[in-house]
Amino acid sequence: MADMKTNRHILLHAVLVCFTVLALYPVFWVLALSFSGQQSVGLIDLPNDPSFFERFRAILPVPAHWSVSNFTEVWTEQSFGRWLWNSVIISLMTTVLGVFLACTAAYAFSRFRFPGRDTGMLMFLVSQMFPGTLMLIPLFIIIVKQLELGNTYIGLVIVYATTAIPFCVWMLKGYFDTIPYDIEESAIIDGASRLTIFWRIILPLAKPAIAITALFSFMTAWNEFILASVFMESEANYTAPVGLRFFVGGFSSQWGYFAAGSVIVSLPVVVLFLQLQKYLISGLTAGSVK
Amino acid sequence: MASILFEGLGKNYGETEVIKNLSFSVNDGEFMVFVGPSGCGKSTVLRMIAGLETISAGQLSIGDRVVNDVHPKDRDIAMVFQSYALYPHMNVYDNIAFGLKIRKLPEDDIRQRVKAAAELLGLDQLLERKPKALSGGQRQRVALGRAIVRNPSVFLFDEPLSNLDAELRVQMRAEISKLQRRLNTTTVYVTHDQVEAMTMGHRIAVMRPISGHNPLDTNLMQCGTPMDLYDRPDNIFVAHFIGTPNMNILPAMLSDDGTSIHLFDGQMPVSDEFRQAALAMRGRKVMLGIRPEHIGAAHEVDWPLTQTVQGKVEMLEPLGHEAILHFKVADHILVGRLHSHGRLPAIGDTVSMQLKCDAMHLFDPVTEQRLR
Repeated sequence: MADMKTNRHILLHAVLVCFTVLALYPVFWVLALSFSGQQSVGLIDLPNDPSFFERFRAILPVPAHWSVSNFTEVWTEQSFGRWLWNSVIISLMTTVLGVFLACTAAYAFSRFRFPGRDTGMLMFLVSQMFPGTLMLIPLFIIIVKQLELGNTYIGLVIVYATTAIPFCVWMLKGYFDTIPYDIEESAIIDGASRLTIFWRIILPLAKPAIAITALFSFMTAWNEFILASVFMESEANYTAPVGLRFFVGGFSSQWGYFAAGSVIVSLPVVVLFLQLQKYLISGLTAGSVK
Repeated sequence: MASILFEGLGKNYGETEVIKNLSFSVNDGEFMVFVGPSGCGKSTVLRMIAGLETISAGQLSIGDRVVNDVHPKDRDIAMVFQSYALYPHMNVYDNIAFGLKIRKLPEDDIRQRVKAAAELLGLDQLLERKPKALSGGQRQRVALGRAIVRNPSVFLFDEPLSNLDAELRVQMRAEISKLQRRLNTTTVYVTHDQVEAMTMGHRIAVMRPISGHNPLDTNLMQCGTPMDLYDRPDNIFVAHFIGTPNMNILPAMLSDDGTSIHLFDGQMPVSDEFRQAALAMRGRKVMLGIRPEHIGAAHEVDWPLTQTVQGKVEMLEPLGHEAILHFKVADHILVGRLHSHGRLPAIGDTVSMQLKCDAMHLFDPVTEQRLR
């Protein structure tokens, strides 16, 4: 009996290890590439007649030489620092704008009864059914042609915030709905105004949901490539993802810079996730959708 | 300190009428209990006093001020909710102090008042705790603290004890009563539990849903002291609602001369109270009410005027000091009371029970009103 149980455990773990390796392999490859100090996508130069060991060595994500030159060069010789800064500003502005508008809108949808309430929520949902790329041309016409906000931070922030808000509103409305109305009525009798209730009662109580929506808004802006590449014409205004593409697009193939840049770009997201972890867990159990 | 005056108060949601023609008053310093089955509108009336529901008809005054259009925060009231409605992210101190902070009282004053309220309620050791770290009874006390710290002229309670276990409920019942007597603040207390109503209220207002069967044109069935309601219920609804076990209500016939009542196979004389009214209704059908404690076994009771009924035991509920006996006479189930230390009948046995004639209540079968 005990043996069977152990065997099943071993089998189970073997399968899990396999899938974990599969999932992490590309990540390790990028890490190895970034620390290899070279620009080719392969880590080892194979001789013309490779032995089995040499072949196996070639697929291991371990660089031939360790070096941080890719990182230092990306930082000093390329304008990557500048692009990263653009991304940080745009993502933070998107987060602040997106979360603020989503909170106020979701509160109204959750607590007030007004004409167009149900339709409004439905429209938000419908807007999520179309891929972002589909809206590229209309957005370009509105932002660049009409508002003349092409090649600016604010243009991109508006676009990102509008893309993120529908999800955030649904998420937050769902959470606000779980906050008992009694609490607000109690505050009304205590003498609090709507605004006071919103700031001092509802928002502190909705922290987990707000953390999730903030993270979502941030990631929307941080990871987005297509819209940014279309809207940002001058190299100085590139965001990090657009900048990364610059390393391997067209006539250059600086995979080492690309890998080092990718590692740098993913760091803030990792840190954010770790920081917001405790909220994420309670937020996810509290009726999150994604 | 303030009295509350209801003048023809009404409330409807769209076409649906919930409250109609409510006219009575709560005196200054009085503990008034609204009691009734669910859907009778008692909570709605309380919320109308609080200003959480708009008033569709009539006029509501607190003190000598009409408050129909006054914002809740300006009504000088405090309310304790069924769910306590504490602010989960604030500790006990901040929960109690919130209303004072909103009203921008000086910090020292707030600290003093919160401290006094916390001491009164035995919360002084718990001020740093968050609500989730408190027991049900402690949360209830915090909710009370939040109400009394503002020193309002009216307290409103919306079924505050229904989330507590039985033992704690009895304890908090006494505490709230004591607190109210000490502060002497006008209080309106909503409950569906008639034991709470009987034990706590100076006066009780019994309410009933306006929709469905309701022979009166208002939610208010009767308003009076607990013993008034118990001894002289105005109508069948109140008679049936107040008292545990419920009063027996039986169809009976007045004799042609109006001096006796024909019930089952026997005759019983009309009691003094109803002599006049019975004369006017002579020869007609009436509803006779009699409380279970006025139906007893012949060897256990010593009543001057009784009528004997015989029936078959349907159910027996021994409670220790007494046993509640459900027995069937003709097509009616009667509920009576036995001393539980005597020999108790078994289910299916035929028993012979005495009705106490002068303890009867007579009601008009159509209007359901007490004969007078």
